[in-house]
Amino acid sequence: MSRPQPLVVGAGPAGVRAAETLVKAGLRPLVVDEAPACGGQIYRRPLVKDERDARALYGSEAGKAQRLHGAFAALAGRIEHWPRALVWNLRDGRADIAVAGESRAVAYDGLILATGASDRVLPVPGWTLPGVFTLGGAQVALKAQGCAIGQRVVFAGSGPLLYLVAWQYMKAGVKVVAVLDAAPLAAKRHLLRGLALAPDIVLRGMRFAAELRLNGVMLRHGICDLAFEGEGRVAGVRWREGRRERHLFCDGAGYGLSLRSETQLADLAGCAFAFNQRDRAFLPQRDPSGRTSVRGVYIAGDGAGIAGADAAELAGERAALALLEDRGLPHAPERAADLERKLARIGRFRDVLEAAFPFPAQWAARVKDETVVCRCEEVSAGALRNAVRDFSLDEINRLKAVSRIGMGRCQGRFCGAAAAELLAVETGRGVEAVGRLRSQPPVKPVPLTLMPREAAE
Amino acid sequence: MSTRLHVDVAVIGGGLVGSSAALALSQMGMSVALLDRRYCGAQASGVNYGGVRRQGRPPEQLPLSQRAHAVWPRLKALIGIDGEFLRSGHLKLAMSEADMASLEAYAAKVADCGLDLELLGHNELHRRFPWLGDAVGGSFCAGDGHANPRLVATGFAAAARRAGVHVLENTPVTGVARNGAGFALEAGEGLKLTAGTVINSAGAWADRFAAEFGEPVPLRRIYPSMVVTEPLEPVLTVNIGMEGGGIYARQVERGNCIVGGERAEALTDADFSRPRSDGALAIMSRAAALFPGLAKAQAIRFWSGTEAEMPDRNPVIGPSLTTPGLIHAFGFSGAGFQIAPGVGEVLAELVRDGRTTTPIEAFSIARFVAGTATDRTTLGSGAGKEQEPQRRGA
Amino acid sequence: MSLFHRIARSDHAPVRFLLDGVPCEGREGDTLLTAILTHVDKVRVSDFSGAPRAGFCQIGVCQDCWVTLADGERVRACTTPLTAGMSVVTGAAA
Repeated sequence: MSRPQPLVVGAGPAGVRAAETLVKAGLRPLVVDEAPACGGQIYRRPLVKDERDARALYGSEAGKAQRLHGAFAALAGRIEHWPRALVWNLRDGRADIAVAGESRAVAYDGLILATGASDRVLPVPGWTLPGVFTLGGAQVALKAQGCAIGQRVVFAGSGPLLYLVAWQYMKAGVKVVAVLDAAPLAAKRHLLRGLALAPDIVLRGMRFAAELRLNGVMLRHGICDLAFEGEGRVAGVRWREGRRERHLFCDGAGYGLSLRSETQLADLAGCAFAFNQRDRAFLPQRDPSGRTSVRGVYIAGDGAGIAGADAAELAGERAALALLEDRGLPHAPERAADLERKLARIGRFRDVLEAAFPFPAQWAARVKDETVVCRCEEVSAGALRNAVRDFSLDEINRLKAVSRIGMGRCQGRFCGAAAAELLAVETGRGVEAVGRLRSQPPVKPVPLTLMPREAAE
Repeated sequence: MSTRLHVDVAVIGGGLVGSSAALALSQMGMSVALLDRRYCGAQASGVNYGGVRRQGRPPEQLPLSQRAHAVWPRLKALIGIDGEFLRSGHLKLAMSEADMASLEAYAAKVADCGLDLELLGHNELHRRFPWLGDAVGGSFCAGDGHANPRLVATGFAAAARRAGVHVLENTPVTGVARNGAGFALEAGEGLKLTAGTVINSAGAWADRFAAEFGEPVPLRRIYPSMVVTEPLEPVLTVNIGMEGGGIYARQVERGNCIVGGERAEALTDADFSRPRSDGALAIMSRAAALFPGLAKAQAIRFWSGTEAEMPDRNPVIGPSLTTPGLIHAFGFSGAGFQIAPGVGEVLAELVRDGRTTTPIEAFSIARFVAGTATDRTTLGSGAGKEQEPQRRGA
Repeated sequence: MSLFHRIARSDHAPVRFLLDGVPCEGREGDTLLTAILTHVDKVRVSDFSGAPRAGFCQIGVCQDCWVTLADGERVRACTTPLTAGMSVVTGAAA
């Protein structure tokens, strides 16, 4: 029997470039993605074509989006592509994939995880109100669905996405009331260092801010104690600047604090994790090529640590070359070295961005007891603090066991970071000392009636 | 770092048995150290299904089980939380006439044990529990129920700590030996402990301590496999089991249904385990068929853990035969949750009085000592079979 | 009152569906989330507090926008394409 083919999870920038590289070497990978079409979140495509062209949808990144979509289309017939499919469990060379109501068990030889990222948030009062979405969510509504999340919209949080989404809303003709950046203005000086590393990105960000300001959008820096207010839906936002409390009316809000990696499958695959200071999160360990601690498992793109779409394309190709090398196939060592150099450069730029948009580490000490931390199970900050004290806990999975944090439908994706920060403050330690939530299958909800079926191959 | 500590009793293993014993001993005025290699209540005690069930246990377990039965409603007073204990009743289903016959035989055998079992024929079963799918009949024990193992196990350890027990987590015992009138233990990083008495309640890790004192036992690790649904409107009003062990299920007050059956698999680090995909799918499918109200539900989480099983599915409880001052309590074979608080009391009595008012002879380690064959009580109805490997699909 | 406001695709073919029994129209290319939120301001109520919810991440990660269809089926609104004849129950009067 021939060797099973590699499995690529995710058809965003990293997954597409990985698949393309494998195909060039004569392999026929299975590419599995939850979306109906390739592109990932950043180059996501509307369900049906609308009146907007690529330039309107993807802005300055239109060329990259079109090239990526084109590259994937060119693989048709040379890869196995399962769209609308969820890899819900993994183990020892077998993946369980939910597709069309069935669970197919697929054997693979070589696994490239390109699982991407979603918004990182720290819970604030009112964050569960209708009308409050993640920055990424606000962007999907606009780009993929052609809808604005409100008519007077506030964007809050931090990170490059904050300014990008606000600018996209403004360009689409939506009234943007304010951009509230948790990062202090002084932190932005770090961007000057970034000018040498990625001038186009820094200048584009500066242009977004300038155009927002020119159009009368209020830009505030160093805000804290953010809170969304409203009865039944968001109607306003409140924040503090120094000793001043401020308030604005709004009917929609986008909120996020940079991104967090989707690492569940790497965990289920048995990859070793280590704390990453820049992302302030536990991430799968990998070498510059994308090899993890588990033989035959590779990781690329934002799912391996936040680095953005350009890095994801490079890392996807690099990881695929590593897979080829480990499989004894031609693997373009010079190209690999070049990719690693480029990735290292982007890594240095990521350091700059993290300095310019620092994680608001004071959150855990300031969050009020009544604030809901876990939106699935509605566990409050006070309940977490009580659990830590009542049970003398100092480890995040123990806190999960008694408080239900991370046990809900999202499995801790949106509360895990916050719970770890709280636990760290309550026990007087660094956040790296409290451990990480262990992943459990299914990585996302699956119906009880999911019927098993052995794949033909 | 080197620390010295002398206690009356050192308890190895901070599961529910060890924690409840430590609490009881402390309440008797003894000084106690409770040692766990990782976290108290994080293994079998915290990851089991959560059934608080006397029904189905072999007769020799029932005195102990009845003793524990009296503890459960007092949890709030004992450890400060009720552990989400619900006296919902436990319904054991029969899927065939043969299974119904064995439920009837069991009910007859334990008629004098105070379980107050009600045998239900097909019609009565579906009249009382209209949300049930097809089943031939059942046996209902109104006094049984279920609770949240994560809370109860952790709660006992926390209560022990509040009562003055030295709770030492992340402190694996690396050496234990007789020393004069008592024991010397080495644990964690440089902890030296002396104790008059040692309780071996180390669960799936207990065999190595028993072996150290010349009492090797045929302990085997088993891994339960659980599926949790999203929160649902009330569907399952009772804790459900099945003769033969096909499935067990309960619904917590918040609405999640917990469905168990099949076995999980150890990971590379055999202290950790994870449900098998095929096993979980089989259980999900069985649940959707047996409980039509769950047919449209989503599974949001699986879990597993490490439990210790003895060949005869009875625990080892009682004094060591080789070593005075050593008491064993392990090997609960996937059915320890309900009786553990009773075992804790019994262990405390054994330490204080050298004997206990609850019969535990059937659980002596003697039955595993070569040449000391004891008459095994047959399992009759299938004691604890709720957590046995599947007949089919395994 | 709706939460979402269309700024594109308004001319696409209408897709009829039922929202808490009331006939509504979405557009070809809508997700179920978009279809619901262009009419009302929530998709469900919380399992525990009963507070209204309208989704959060819109990319299938946060699991906040699970909705119940009239036949009891449960679907994640942000990743489910709207199809004609769907009947959605948001769990409270719209």
